Amino acid sequence: MEYFVQQLINGITLGSIYGLIAIGYTMVYGIIGMINFAHGDVFMVGAFIALIAFLAIVAMGLTAVPLALFLVLLIAMALTPLYGWTVERLAYRPLRGSLRLAPLISAIGMSIVLQNYAQITQGALVKPLPPLITGGFTLIPSADFPVRLSNVQIIVIVTTLVLMTVFSLIVARSRLGRHMRACEQDLRMAALVGVDTDRTISLTFVIGAALAAVAGIMYLLYYGVIDFYIGFVAGIKAFTAAVLGGIGSLPGAMLGGLLIGLIETFWSAYFPIEYKDVAAFSILVLVLIFLPSGILGRPEVEKV
Amino acid sequence: MMAAPEPPHPSGSRMFPTSADQMVPNSGRPEFGGEREGRRLDVAQALKSATVAAVIAIGLFGLLIGFRTDQGAGGALGITPRPDPLVIVVAVVFVGRFLLVLLWAARGDVVRLAPPIPAWVKPVLTRIGEWFGPALLGFALITPIIFYDNRYLLDLGIMVLTYVMLGWGLNIVVGLAGLLDLGYVAFYAVGAYSYALLALYFGWSFWICLPLAGILAAFWGILLGFPVLRLRGDYLAIVTLAFGEIIRIVLINWQSFTGGPNGVSAPRPSFFGIPFTAGDDGFAATFGLEFSATHRVVFLFYLILALALITNWVTIRLRRLPVGRAWEAMREDEIACRSLGINTTNTKLTAFAIGAMFGGFAGAFFATRQGFISPESFVFMESATILAIVVLGGMGSQLGVAIAAVVMLGGFEFFREFAQFRMLIFGAAMVAIMVWRPRGLIATREPSIFLKERKIVSAELVEEARK
Repeated sequence: MEYFVQQLINGITLGSIYGLIAIGYTMVYGIIGMINFAHGDVFMVGAFIALIAFLAIVAMGLTAVPLALFLVLLIAMALTPLYGWTVERLAYRPLRGSLRLAPLISAIGMSIVLQNYAQITQGALVKPLPPLITGGFTLIPSADFPVRLSNVQIIVIVTTLVLMTVFSLIVARSRLGRHMRACEQDLRMAALVGVDTDRTISLTFVIGAALAAVAGIMYLLYYGVIDFYIGFVAGIKAFTAAVLGGIGSLPGAMLGGLLIGLIETFWSAYFPIEYKDVAAFSILVLVLIFLPSGILGRPEVEKV
Repeated sequence: MMAAPEPPHPSGSRMFPTSADQMVPNSGRPEFGGEREGRRLDVAQALKSATVAAVIAIGLFGLLIGFRTDQGAGGALGITPRPDPLVIVVAVVFVGRFLLVLLWAARGDVVRLAPPIPAWVKPVLTRIGEWFGPALLGFALITPIIFYDNRYLLDLGIMVLTYVMLGWGLNIVVGLAGLLDLGYVAFYAVGAYSYALLALYFGWSFWICLPLAGILAAFWGILLGFPVLRLRGDYLAIVTLAFGEIIRIVLINWQSFTGGPNGVSAPRPSFFGIPFTAGDDGFAATFGLEFSATHRVVFLFYLILALALITNWVTIRLRRLPVGRAWEAMREDEIACRSLGINTTNTKLTAFAIGAMFGGFAGAFFATRQGFISPESFVFMESATILAIVVLGGMGSQLGVAIAAVVMLGGFEFFREFAQFRMLIFGAAMVAIMVWRPRGLIATREPSIFLKERKIVSAELVEEARK
């Protein structure tokens, strides 16, 4: 029982990270109907930016960890979106209205560029960071297996909740959100009624990248180690989460992220851990067969 | 709900387009610089734009290029500033953007992303195209004779031909059937491991295992095909990608069967039963030649050439069969296909199975050529490389795929000295070529059936399937 509760906590933490990345996929897919293949790598670059920013801040003599982390959050959320914007500008906008496969392939190219860029500039070795935030609470004191909720986990979950709320409000209430929803329904019609579609699409990439940057910081804090390859697997899993929740749906992305996080954690806890990625990918295949529109997604009507 | 923006439907019917010129303005691409009326050399404008670009470049590269993180002696991460490369990169961006804006202004017209090819080029290209393929084949045939002493070139040739074969195999799935497969390397792996494991556990020879490897890969192709039948293009891409990863993870972790990350050794090939050894029953002794290690390399070269040509020949023949025509029809419009009574399930499955089969053959060849295989050889990057060959060559064009394989792998070798940068260049080239020529380098489609004369259809006139 204690073991189960502990895994539940770990799964929710991991799921929050996946959920934040999944929002980027689901938003972009909702608006332009394409998978942003480079999104996982934007997440990875975000984690690197956070790492370097933190080290630079520490090197400058600021040692108060909470303040430093807050600054890192601001820096990463300011700089990573530039990557999202650049990806859209270089790999998507010139190809809008082009062939179906072309943007997908240029996005794969972008993903390769970002991965190798990080590898060349920062080296192929893993970057370990000692735990910055220690301590936590013991929820269920037990002799053989005490259930702990660490401070890092609290930060991850709370930050995710706050960001989700803010982001949902943006989409539901603000002018930008209205534009986004209009573009999602019909890009050309939205342009006809005066929505600046180029700008809206750019901003969608920017917001997705900002959320991915936060996910990168959370990943760095939670695992304490990053390398240039983390974006690939995390990207596929987050995409799985977006599909599972129903692509195009924001609550769906969060729900899907949580489910994927829980599935992965419980699989690791009770089954051979080497196959945890196989479990996540198999879920993707199964969902697409039996529930192609996801849990909260709307069924798609094929029009001629 | 989430309909992708579609290009405006070309004027005229799709079957009988009137002229290529009509199509260009309709291609639906955004045209940069359209708002600049009354253009002149505006240096101030260019400087402003370049400054903005430079600021963005600082934001992009400032942290990752400007600082280097290293693990110090104590294991803790340290950080060292590295201003020089940052300054160079930002300067390049500034100057590049400055010149670009000036050039755009100087040209005075809308910058097209894909400049139309002048009219006189087309017949010339067609003429070149007619003899280029045979010339390439002739060159491949005599390569081992010319470069008999150059082991490096022969090895490179074998590698290029392996990728040509893989490209042609994937071309069936992507180019003909229009199904985007990002996990093609999985079938390559299945073929390679089939041979290595069958040889390991049963001691079977290469010539027995080769067809088996193909059949097993085709079987896996069908197995993958079933769940993904209902999926649209992008979902299909992600599922095949996930499938490729699943195969690789299983290969790594099933240590007792596959040897795990340590890999497994595969026996060397024999000349239809005669081994390439120095002994009395070896190839050299049997044919009265002096023993040379090159014999095997030359044999491998001709073997993969033959396999690749079989792939090409089968593909060309299949295109004329009902199933091949169904593939191409499905690529153009799946819904129309269904309404005409084509069984899209079977059509997709055969495309997957046959494409996978050739991947399996290539895998078995790869195993026997390397003599050793490990999961390291079957990463996503391989899938991306093969897909890039197919796409850059022009989807559906056999010659284009061959040329793309030669150019790309030749480029890889050429940039070997910049080994760490070459994947970066590769990725950037993928983006650039997609922006420049979204249909690939050779954007023509040969008609699979024609009346009296063979007219090459420019792919610009064929609308892509809107799935």
